[in-house]
Amino acid sequence: MSDTGHAAHADSHAHALPTGWRRYLYSTNHKDIGTMYIVFAITFGLVGGLMSIIMRAELMEPGAQVLGGDNQLFNVLISAHGLIMVFFLIMPAFIGGFGNWFVPLMIGAPDMAFPRLNNISFWVLIPSALLMAGSLFAGDGPGVGWTVYAPLSTSGQPGVAVDMVILALHLAGVSSVLGAINFITTIFNMRAPGMTLHKMPLFVWAILVTTFLLLLSLPVLAGAITMLLTDRNFGTVFFDAAGGGDPVLYQHLFWFFGHPEVYILILPAFGVISQIIPTFSKKPVFGYLGMVYAMVAIGVIGFVVWAHHMYTVGMDVDTRAYFIAATMVIAVPTGIKIFSWIATMWGGSIEFKTPMLWSVGLIFLFTVGGVTGVVLSNAGVDIPFHDTYYVVGHFHYVLSLGAVFGIFAAFYYWIGKMSGRQYNETLGKLHFWGTFIGVNLTFFPMHFLGMAGMPRRVPDYPDAYAGWNMVASIGSYISAAATLLFVYILFDTVFRGKKCADNPWGEGATTLEWTVASPAPFHTHEIMPRIK
Amino acid sequence: MRLLVNIWRWQTLAALVMASALAVPAQASQPTPWQIGFQPAASTAMERIADFHELLLWIITVIVIFVLILLGIVIVRFNARSNPTPTRTTHNTLLEIAWSVIPVVILVVIAIPSFKLLYYMDRTDEAELTLKAIGHQWYWSYEYPDHDGLTFDSLMIEDDELQEGDPRLLATDTRVVLPVDTNIRLLITADDVLHAWAVPAFGVKMDAVPGQLNETWVRVNKEGVYYGQCSELCGVNHGFMPIAVEVVSKEAFAAWVEQAKQEFASEPGSTGTVLERLVVALDAGAE
Repeated sequence: MSDTGHAAHADSHAHALPTGWRRYLYSTNHKDIGTMYIVFAITFGLVGGLMSIIMRAELMEPGAQVLGGDNQLFNVLISAHGLIMVFFLIMPAFIGGFGNWFVPLMIGAPDMAFPRLNNISFWVLIPSALLMAGSLFAGDGPGVGWTVYAPLSTSGQPGVAVDMVILALHLAGVSSVLGAINFITTIFNMRAPGMTLHKMPLFVWAILVTTFLLLLSLPVLAGAITMLLTDRNFGTVFFDAAGGGDPVLYQHLFWFFGHPEVYILILPAFGVISQIIPTFSKKPVFGYLGMVYAMVAIGVIGFVVWAHHMYTVGMDVDTRAYFIAATMVIAVPTGIKIFSWIATMWGGSIEFKTPMLWSVGLIFLFTVGGVTGVVLSNAGVDIPFHDTYYVVGHFHYVLSLGAVFGIFAAFYYWIGKMSGRQYNETLGKLHFWGTFIGVNLTFFPMHFLGMAGMPRRVPDYPDAYAGWNMVASIGSYISAAATLLFVYILFDTVFRGKKCADNPWGEGATTLEWTVASPAPFHTHEIMPRIK
Repeated sequence: MRLLVNIWRWQTLAALVMASALAVPAQASQPTPWQIGFQPAASTAMERIADFHELLLWIITVIVIFVLILLGIVIVRFNARSNPTPTRTTHNTLLEIAWSVIPVVILVVIAIPSFKLLYYMDRTDEAELTLKAIGHQWYWSYEYPDHDGLTFDSLMIEDDELQEGDPRLLATDTRVVLPVDTNIRLLITADDVLHAWAVPAFGVKMDAVPGQLNETWVRVNKEGVYYGQCSELCGVNHGFMPIAVEVVSKEAFAAWVEQAKQEFASEPGSTGTVLERLVVALDAGAE
């Protein structure tokens, strides 16, 4: 195994290590770039989270509260919340952040295949975020939902705000597509000798499948939003019925991207817990090949189910029947993964440290979110649920309680390796339990609200919905408090945490990142490890 | 104030219609506090949806409890203190086959009633009546093509103009009146952005797409007043353009049609558009 982390850093460099702002602005180092992505993601996660607290404060009681009846502002908040959480929290954290940090380390590569491309992938997110943030203050803001449906987003929102959102999304798309090219090339070409594809850690497989999804779906989003831009500004009529266009076309194009996007959001989380669970169970993952091909199957089938987001647009009944069947099929590989994780733990000698708590929480809560997805996949029963809070409950279970739990799991698992300092176990567990209670209180009642008929994307509601809305809002405040605790934990760890060993997790941690020092040196695997 | 006059005239009309209907207990279908299930079904379609959902709920509850039990066992039996020596098991072919095949069986069990429901909900039988609902920013307008193009708008009643018993954010100044036990073809469209017409108690929801005429159907089997809300983001007042449907006996419906044609035909343009009703109200106020 490699011992480059321990060898004195022999100055075989022709240049000194970069310092100051140049180190970051001109970076070609996967660890520094990964760190920048994680800082970016945490920042925007807090912004998006603040927006959700404002919305829950407004929805806490019937009538107008904190927004004073400004419904456009409410619509802007829901749109910004969704876009920020998806494009500026989850994707940067998992792919740009933990992907950049640990894919090269895990495959024995010294860096990514295209280090400078890696840098531009990160830095292009800055103008993207500036455009997104700027759109909130431009004119009336973009009150169109994260889905940006036409004609509301074409003729229904004049002013530059929606155009700024479109350009922000273009830049974010560029960031991800370039990153996808980088990861695919790196994973296919730079694995250390002996590491066949079937010996790769599952986190690397997860990133590989995710980046293929990005590569193939983002161009379709780019096409769709460019058509919005030209409809808005250059007189085209792609989505304008009066001109011979079709608003439903936009939905097909958006969701052809949008459905693979949700797998992009969750597959890395699956990869992360596939590392954590064997580590803390002290036994290898159960059914490695099944896990790999389940992820591949989810990715592939994920491309042919998009119209289950569109069951009420007026599609032909046989088409809807097809989409029901195809969508339900995805439950099979997903179930294989859930049972394989449990089987990994079965017979293990499990330490329930904080990363493991997040992972076990994810398994249970993703199951809850997944089964409501199976309910929604049936077009008949979807009719009362479509565009109600049942859907909001479903996707927050799989996102806030799936993907976000995965981000926290990855943070606690890897922060020692990244910073050289370990987190406080008691505080970590407190953060977990506070979040667990808060998010369940917030999102479970939403299923009741949806069944009772409460629509989505409304700033006020008939008085009967008040009870569960109050519970949800209180839950959100608990989650917010837990998140503030996380910010404290972050600073406490990075500045005051105990020094972390190369491998703080023991015999169960068998991947290559645990063979290098903590914090991982600027350059690692300068000599290729050989894998048996 | 001006709108109040028209609302009062409408409600008087509606009251006359209801009074002349048979004394069948009418239900008002709107959400109730702390509700955890569907609103009571008022159509066979919704009854079937609710039944299918009950099957699904049983299945998913069993699955979630099963996973929870497995996790519970793992936490208790296989924590480091209870089980200091981990096994090295990474395969069990029988288990892997079982957890691939059993979910497939469960999905087939779900799919069969699912397809039946889908095709039942889609069929438009011999329709006896057609109702056209058009979404606007931010109100619905309705047309009865079978009745000389009877047309009127339906606006949400603002908080400060609510009457006793009007549910806030659901009550409208005019209601869609429909006959009970009648196959009704619903034609839904919009004239600006996307909207969606929905009535939970009917199990009906259909997007209102500008330039497209979407068709669905309903047969309501209980008289009463039913509420719904716009179900597609359509701008600032998306949450404030509700739907109120009053289902009455066939006789009462026939009587109402005649009255309504007078009601809206007596005004200039023979339609009940917002502008025209405002003109009428202003005229009335000026007298």
